Amino acid sequence: MNAEQPELKNISEKKDFLVRSSSLKDVRTFSREVFEKLELDQSLKDELVLAIAEAAQNIVKHAYKDFPDTDDRMVVQISCKDNKLEIAFFDNGKPVEKEKIKHRAIDDIKPGGLGTFFIQEIMDSIVFKEGNKPWINNLVLTKKL
Amino acid sequence: MSYKVTEDGNISTVFLDGEIDMDKTEAAKEVIFPLIDAGKEVHLNLSNVQYMDSSGISVLIESHQKALEMNNKLIVKDVSKSVLKVIMMAKLEQILNLE
Repeated sequence: MNAEQPELKNISEKKDFLVRSSSLKDVRTFSREVFEKLELDQSLKDELVLAIAEAAQNIVKHAYKDFPDTDDRMVVQISCKDNKLEIAFFDNGKPVEKEKIKHRAIDDIKPGGLGTFFIQEIMDSIVFKEGNKPWINNLVLTKKL
Repeated sequence: MSYKVTEDGNISTVFLDGEIDMDKTEAAKEVIFPLIDAGKEVHLNLSNVQYMDSSGISVLIESHQKALEMNNKLIVKDVSKSVLKVIMMAKLEQILNLE
């Protein structure tokens, strides 16, 4: 996972998506296209796509829990600079209550609660920032490549 | 996601195809759960599933637990490399019946 990467090109791309579970496939497609440009190895690409999809899923599932038919859009921005990957998510759902975010105990086998665990396993850092206007939530994931 | 079900005695093999995410979990459950409820031994063939997220993993856990409640078993077969990696990340390789 931390195999040394050659110097990667600096890149920054963003795209907006309707906040619906049906958009998750499009989020993955966008992510794969960006990582294709970075020429990352397949295993790392798969992990990063999973982390991004889980974070986007959390927006749909939690921030918009009470608004399943929203027409709001979320933005995913993938940036790579000096071999540091930064993935930012912006949404206008319910404000994130940071203290309530935790994954289930991994040995407590039951459905649910794994998305955040996967993100933590894959990424180096997870930071919830105050969203600058017009955004309410701004999640930033980083990883040194 | 598409699927095919084959029957061999009391064994129902469900071949899932495509990517299994939050958007597809209900469809997957609608195929798998009735077979478990009917007392079938369900084999899930995942050879053509190239992507599975935490929602898909939840379907595997729920199906596994449902089968145990029915004194039966769920076997997860021919898991693709990419999905196996997610199963292992969830530390489920010793919990699920993998073949």
